[in-house]
Amino acid sequence: MPAPDASSRPRKVNRLGLTPSDYKGKPSTLCKGCGHDAISSQLIRAFFESDVRPHQVAKLSGIGCSSKTPAYFLNHSHGFNAVHGRMPSVATGAVLANRQLVAVGVSGDGDTASIGIGQFVHLVRRNLPLIYIVENNGVYGLTKGQFSATADENAALRSGEVNRLPNIDLCGMAIELGATYVARSFAGDPKQLVALLRGALSHNGTAVIDILSPCVTFNNHAGSTKSYTWGKDNEEPIHILDFVPAMDQIEVEYEEGTDQEVQLHDGSWVRLRKLERGYDPTDRRAAQELVLEANEKNLFLTGLLYLDTSKRTFLDSLELCDEPLALLSEDQLRPPPEVLDEVVASYR
Amino acid sequence: MSNKTALAEEAAPSQIESDPERIVNDLAIQVATVNGSGSQSSNLVLLRALFRMGIPVGGKNLFPSNIAGLPTWFTIRANRDGWVARKRNVDYLVALNPQTAVRDVESLSPGSAVVYEESLRLERRRDDLVFYPAPFQELAAEVTREVRLRKLLANMIYVGLLGELLSIEVEEIFGAIDSQFRSKKAAVELNRRAVEIGIRHARENLVKRDPFTLERMDRNRGKILIDGNAAAGLGAMFGGASVATWYPITPSSSVVEQLTGFLKRYRKGPDGKATYAVVQAEDELAAVGMALAAGWAGARAMTATSGPGISLMSEFVGLGYYAEIPLVIWNIQRVGPSTGLPTRTAQGDILSTYALSHGDTKHVCLLPASTRECFEFGWRAFDLAERLQTPVFVLSDLDLGMNIWATEPFEYPDRPMDRGKVLTREDLERLGGTFQRYADVDGDAIPYRTLPGTEHPGAAYFTRGSGHDESAEYTESEEAYVRIMTRLDRKFETAREMVPPPVVDQAEPVSPLGIIGFGSSDPAIEEARNRLREDAAIEMDYLRPRALPFCPSVLDFIASHQRVVVLDQNRDGQLLQLLRAEYGDRIPPGVLRSLRHYSGHPMDAQTIVDYVTEMEIGAA
Repeated sequence: MPAPDASSRPRKVNRLGLTPSDYKGKPSTLCKGCGHDAISSQLIRAFFESDVRPHQVAKLSGIGCSSKTPAYFLNHSHGFNAVHGRMPSVATGAVLANRQLVAVGVSGDGDTASIGIGQFVHLVRRNLPLIYIVENNGVYGLTKGQFSATADENAALRSGEVNRLPNIDLCGMAIELGATYVARSFAGDPKQLVALLRGALSHNGTAVIDILSPCVTFNNHAGSTKSYTWGKDNEEPIHILDFVPAMDQIEVEYEEGTDQEVQLHDGSWVRLRKLERGYDPTDRRAAQELVLEANEKNLFLTGLLYLDTSKRTFLDSLELCDEPLALLSEDQLRPPPEVLDEVVASYR
Repeated sequence: MSNKTALAEEAAPSQIESDPERIVNDLAIQVATVNGSGSQSSNLVLLRALFRMGIPVGGKNLFPSNIAGLPTWFTIRANRDGWVARKRNVDYLVALNPQTAVRDVESLSPGSAVVYEESLRLERRRDDLVFYPAPFQELAAEVTREVRLRKLLANMIYVGLLGELLSIEVEEIFGAIDSQFRSKKAAVELNRRAVEIGIRHARENLVKRDPFTLERMDRNRGKILIDGNAAAGLGAMFGGASVATWYPITPSSSVVEQLTGFLKRYRKGPDGKATYAVVQAEDELAAVGMALAAGWAGARAMTATSGPGISLMSEFVGLGYYAEIPLVIWNIQRVGPSTGLPTRTAQGDILSTYALSHGDTKHVCLLPASTRECFEFGWRAFDLAERLQTPVFVLSDLDLGMNIWATEPFEYPDRPMDRGKVLTREDLERLGGTFQRYADVDGDAIPYRTLPGTEHPGAAYFTRGSGHDESAEYTESEEAYVRIMTRLDRKFETAREMVPPPVVDQAEPVSPLGIIGFGSSDPAIEEARNRLREDAAIEMDYLRPRALPFCPSVLDFIASHQRVVVLDQNRDGQLLQLLRAEYGDRIPPGVLRSLRHYSGHPMDAQTIVDYVTEMEIGAA
């Protein structure tokens, strides 16, 4: 589709000439009010606003309520709803086969923090270019409300059952393991979430976004630390975050001392207005301390916790050719007969 | 497949005259050492020297699951008529391992020869063997003063001793050393000296008193020495493997390791960048997940593993079957269950691999029996997987995969790659922008697919393991589920027509007796058939399936014989069970006879000869 002149484009059409409905998916089958649906809406908005070509996107997921959601956004993108806890390996295979794909993986707290934690660990370690979204509600929804490993210690189920085990903090793990874009957000904070998603789309490497996404059916009651009310009452953004596309940079006012800007892989920027903490997300040790503090004091700190734009990706390490492996021709894939003769001779 | 030609050649009578005093070019040499002592190089030099003398030869390594310290045995069988399957009796023992020496000597048949470290005093153990003692450490000390090297070079001393005792040509030993150590000049010199010292010791101190000897022949012209896993890796490279993801496990590790070596050398683009990705994953679940998704996205994707890894891959394989995704999985079988004997050979996974995963699943399995077939199936498996849009297994085993075989060189693929039914943007435009991912358009039950990244608004579809209809939409409709499952069943019938057919070799008119066996059992079966024919005038026809599902000729073969031995290298007769499941009561009772071998050792001919001889006496 031809890109219309930016100045003349009507509202609700992006630089590709696509409308938000070109980024929609099938109707959701999740419970009404589910945090996951709010996240899908922000994904639609972020992909639309960042002018991502839908056919270039691959949506990957594991199993669970969260993992169903790739069917509910980006209808014109290939999707792969795989097996429980294995989204990271599926995302890895898809990106290896076609490095031009924009890969977005959707997982949940059971999918990532329990059955799939090994794959999560190794994916992060490799720094595969992937947006890794964790829709975190502290419970297993599809199997009717058991605690997950991200449930907070002493949190209670509606039945009164209390979780006595410490929670796994996926952001803390991701920073520890060398993730290059680590954020925490809230399904009830669409503005921040869209900025984080757009930043992730411009980042080259693994972007882990752990999003509190309340389960309205099993974990939204008083006493839950994963409910809408708890999230609204407790969310403390560590900064005010704006995503600034490369082409808009000139319009942005920059306030010395209170603002921090970091340029992303594709030339766009994240602009962080510092709040009381004066937090610098490019400082890995500070990020680790922040996560520790949040856990000790039971704080719900949201924003871009950590950003490293210098680390090489898995594709760089593999020294892959620029052309997608999936599209290589027979000439590129099958060496000529002389090569077979040469190899055979070496076994004489 | 030139299997028939190969048979004709093997059966040709040798030109060497028989002399009752001398046994020429027919012996099994066993070298017993301690794992990690560095004997592998010496054994390979010995094997290659015999190979270079033109004598049919094969090498088998019986090794422990250990890095150093446990016993290991390397067996070389040289046979003028080309029979190189495992031979139960050893004719020449090299005893260097104090842990096993006594037992090794006790197991020998009268008349066998023993080359041994003289301090072991083995000559006191038996009076019906020929003993050749040598002070290995002392002799090695003459080669070098360095203690660590001395240990290694002690192994090359026995190459010299055997060279002299068995008349192996010194130039061929030296040639084998050159090829073993290639450019390492110092190593070549040291090893040559060790061999010379071994020869000198034999000349000065030992008197030849056994009948075994080796003479130059011309049976290896043009041939190569290679292990099945190297052949598999090489075949995969010529199959255009572009994503290989794996997790180390014996005995399959060397498939991807050797593939990686070939890819690094021959699959770089003009800019020096890789036209492949090899990833050592965190486990087999990740390995198969990566490969499956790479296949989904259009790469020629593969993984290689062994029994325990196959178990871990089970869930993803079911998804691959139901979501119809191409993928190649090599299963280099070993002894199970559990860790079992991880460094011993078996064919114990054929039943579980065929039906791997939950629900109604069945998979195309290729069954290579030679290094040539490892190479051929290495590339053909990708064509089948992409054409059929399903995981395709190749079931090799430790004997075929890790042992060394002499073979005719491999043949370059005789056809272009088959990338299967993939719709491009242009195809979609021609079709008016729509397609149904799981519809049977052509009547062969194989649907069309598109790849992620295809620039067309109608290209996308959603892949899922849950119930789906022809348009890939989620559904729990029982009609849709039954339709899809029934089509998958029909697709398996399409596969039946595409897989490599069995190799059949039968007498004219057909014998009442037949044998069915697969994979690495082949050399032992051929040797047994020859011995039964020559020694007992028993003709045994032979069918070797090269794939699952079975082709119709398998039933024809069974139906045209009165007694059919089904040879399995597993306890439960898994091939037999598959035949019974496939053909049920179309096979008259009593026709199929089960011969099962599951000691972890490679198959040998004597076991088959004994079984058939007894059976035929009963039948007579």
